[in-house]
Amino acid sequence: MAKIIVVTSGKGGVGKTTTSAAFGTGLALRGYKTVVIDFDVGLRNLDLVMGCERRVVYDFVNVVNEESNLTQSLIKDKRVSNLYILPASQTRDKDALTKEGVERVLNELSKEFDYIICDSPAGIEKGAQLALYFADEAIIVTNPEVSSVRDSDRILGILASKSRRSENGQEHVKEHLLLTRYSPMRAERGDMLNIQDVTDILAIPLIGVIPESKAVLQASNAGVPVILDKLSEAGQAYSDVVGRFLGEERPHRFINAQKKGILSRIFKTKEEETV
Amino acid sequence: MSIFDYFRPHRRNSASLAKERLQIIVSHERATRNGPDFLPKLQEELVGVIAKYVDIDEEQVKVALEQRDEFSVLELNITLPDCEQARKRQVENAVA
Repeated sequence: MAKIIVVTSGKGGVGKTTTSAAFGTGLALRGYKTVVIDFDVGLRNLDLVMGCERRVVYDFVNVVNEESNLTQSLIKDKRVSNLYILPASQTRDKDALTKEGVERVLNELSKEFDYIICDSPAGIEKGAQLALYFADEAIIVTNPEVSSVRDSDRILGILASKSRRSENGQEHVKEHLLLTRYSPMRAERGDMLNIQDVTDILAIPLIGVIPESKAVLQASNAGVPVILDKLSEAGQAYSDVVGRFLGEERPHRFINAQKKGILSRIFKTKEEETV
Repeated sequence: MSIFDYFRPHRRNSASLAKERLQIIVSHERATRNGPDFLPKLQEELVGVIAKYVDIDEEQVKVALEQRDEFSVLELNITLPDCEQARKRQVENAVA
């Protein structure tokens, strides 16, 4: 039986797809057979972030409608063994996915895989609800910013009331907070919500903090999950997240601003001002 | 911080403002989250009825639905204004 993990946030643009790609790749690197499913029907992007956009033949909706089988539709990653991608459809029909269809596909994938990562679309419409419905665990991607925190809280409410586990009276979906695009320097200056502020409000366990990093955009430009950029802070932070998810004790890194000398304090560089 | 920042007037730390605003809105939204969809409308109409007789505003009426094992409790909490204040307001209204 596979474990189903939804990557969700409510708000768009906070890093769900980046996280799905990095986290899924991280689990596969540890030897777990992992599939990442793009639930964003009509706005497919996971394929682009994972660099397999030119290999898409059949998609998730095709499998749900039994127009193709799983073997035809799953894309095997070329860099990491054990890693597969199930791309979203580009159809404009927003009712293309049905609960029954999704359940059947997940059941079938469950037999073969260790982990199924559901990359949720933004919002709280049908696609987002379907992505989280079958989840055993949830990664709530949040930016240290008011609208993202509020939307995350809303998604937590939906997880608690509209997931399969809640409807069947089973144990609650296990929630993990992932704080992304964090700038320790701005948080220390008081210009940005800090880690404690966000965990105080959302009151769920923190699985990791991904620092704001150029490497994230560079990775998506190249179609390489950022976790494979082992020199980057973001990549290392994602590796830590995977480790913690698997039960390892890993201290949080990249959460404190670099101490600077008196000279660089006085002569602030232009780049720092824009960060 | 550059050296010039020390000369700028001190302004309120925006992160603490953000946290304060979030705590208020999130706790408000959590309170209404699990209630049935008719609750906000019920509250609105109740305020309308009570306002016919007593001078109150929406802030002073709290409607809460509490789930017990086999039944729910609808709790209505209305803070009536101070008599003195209310009379004053009525007089003001009459004058106006």
